[in-house]
Amino acid sequence: MSYSNKVLDHYENPKNVGSLDKNDPNVGTGMVGAPACGDVMKLQIKVDASGVIEDARFKTYGCGSAIASSSLVTEWLKGKTLDQAQQIKNSQIADELELPPVKIHCSVLAEDAIKAAIIDYKNKH
Amino acid sequence: MTIKLPIYLDNAATTRIDPRVLAKMLPYLENEYGNPASRSHVFGWHAEDAIEHAREQVAQTIGCDSKEIIWTSGATEATNLALKGAANFYQERGKHLITIKTEHKATLDTMRELERIGFEVTYLTPETNGLIDIEKLIKAIRPDTILISVMFVNNEIGVIQDIAAIGNLCQSRNIIFHVDAVQAVGKIEFSLKDIYVDLMSLSGHKVYGPKGIGALYVRRKPRVRLMPQIHGGGHERGFRSGTLPTHQIVGMGEAFSLAKQEMPQELPRIKQLRDKLLEGLQDIEEVYINGDMEHRIVHNLNISFNYVEGESLMMAIKDIAVSSGSACTSASLEPSYVLRALGRNDELAHSSIRFSLGRFNTSEEIDYTINLLKTKIAKLRELSPLWEMFKEGVDLNNYQWQSHGERDIILHN
Repeated sequence: MSYSNKVLDHYENPKNVGSLDKNDPNVGTGMVGAPACGDVMKLQIKVDASGVIEDARFKTYGCGSAIASSSLVTEWLKGKTLDQAQQIKNSQIADELELPPVKIHCSVLAEDAIKAAIIDYKNKH
Repeated sequence: MTIKLPIYLDNAATTRIDPRVLAKMLPYLENEYGNPASRSHVFGWHAEDAIEHAREQVAQTIGCDSKEIIWTSGATEATNLALKGAANFYQERGKHLITIKTEHKATLDTMRELERIGFEVTYLTPETNGLIDIEKLIKAIRPDTILISVMFVNNEIGVIQDIAAIGNLCQSRNIIFHVDAVQAVGKIEFSLKDIYVDLMSLSGHKVYGPKGIGALYVRRKPRVRLMPQIHGGGHERGFRSGTLPTHQIVGMGEAFSLAKQEMPQELPRIKQLRDKLLEGLQDIEEVYINGDMEHRIVHNLNISFNYVEGESLMMAIKDIAVSSGSACTSASLEPSYVLRALGRNDELAHSSIRFSLGRFNTSEEIDYTINLLKTKIAKLRELSPLWEMFKEGVDLNNYQWQSHGERDIILHN
């Protein structure tokens, strides 16, 4: 498997690993994927009073590009409004990380995780 | 002491050629270049002598007569010749064959080809420890069963099948018995004087010999007949035509001879290393050994690290050369069919690592491997939402996973 240096960087030094309190009303949690498929992503966002994402955390079970995709989106999410976050497309993730075609599904999963986290946050409000 | 990286722990895939083997081969790549089939001059005679000496070495290692050894390009060809050759020759008697789901692809794919041309094949499922239940094998036998093929030692999980018992069964039922012994030579003591086998596939490069050379043992008393698969000159008594690669054959002969000679010292030493590795890795929580530990070669350890995905684990331990049962490391995107046949779930198959130790591994290498794995598994579990859920006591098997379904995937070009 030949990964880009960007994937390897995120894999070696993942950003924003960890968990936020899922019961905090300001935290939205998205969990997508399934162990049987080899990928599970948990993405959490913390949204401030003005509707801007102030923090993002992830934990991912999956291959190197799944870990890199989730690490990358936590970086992108910080400082974005929920509307802006909603606009992030898997193709942008795949482009940024130069994912090989067989790994595109990792970027799809990351986009799904963002949307799931936003829905969870909105359900609380 | 500094360790040379990367560390090679993939000896079931192939082995480093032993320097003593290489030394024996070199003259046949230099001055002794005769064709062993040339009967009219000294170049040919020397090459033929070398080949017959190597044939004798292989025969002595497995306990048969040298006339029962047929040289092939490798064990894959030997297995093709055995299965296709016997099935085609004996098809008047019946067209049913039996093998095991955990066999090497050389056997399984050849069986598929035989199915395509009209044979019927039963693929037995082994028990969860990888061993076959002889009663189930007996039940699978039909009046038209002409051949049974079972591997001696499994390449992924290292378990040893009861070849002696299956041999007796086949002999009493007059069924041809083929054994893929690629992973058994030099790893367990056996002799064809004691066990009944009709056909046995052998390989040079798994035993510190060169690649591109193998052999098929073909029983002579009572004689087993085969339809040749490669024609052109009638070499190897018509079983397998083609000019013999003298240097490769000399290498395989020497490698087999060394294997037999070294086994008494080598096996206890490798067992110590493997037990040390096992002990070190068993300290880690949620690890599962794949395959029976008692009926197993001392060289193999196949272990699943739960809640860690296989490919990311392989990336994390790139300084050690091992194999994984993970789908991500194979072309097929399916996790290991061997582990699946044992009833292991996909997650455990995905997170499995095969360590296969060999003649050149050291105790320091095992220490390094244990430390590296402990560190990296801890790091990946810190990253794993499954590990977090497991620690929180969530029942992962009954959890409603939300997997992405029918969405369009936008390609990025």
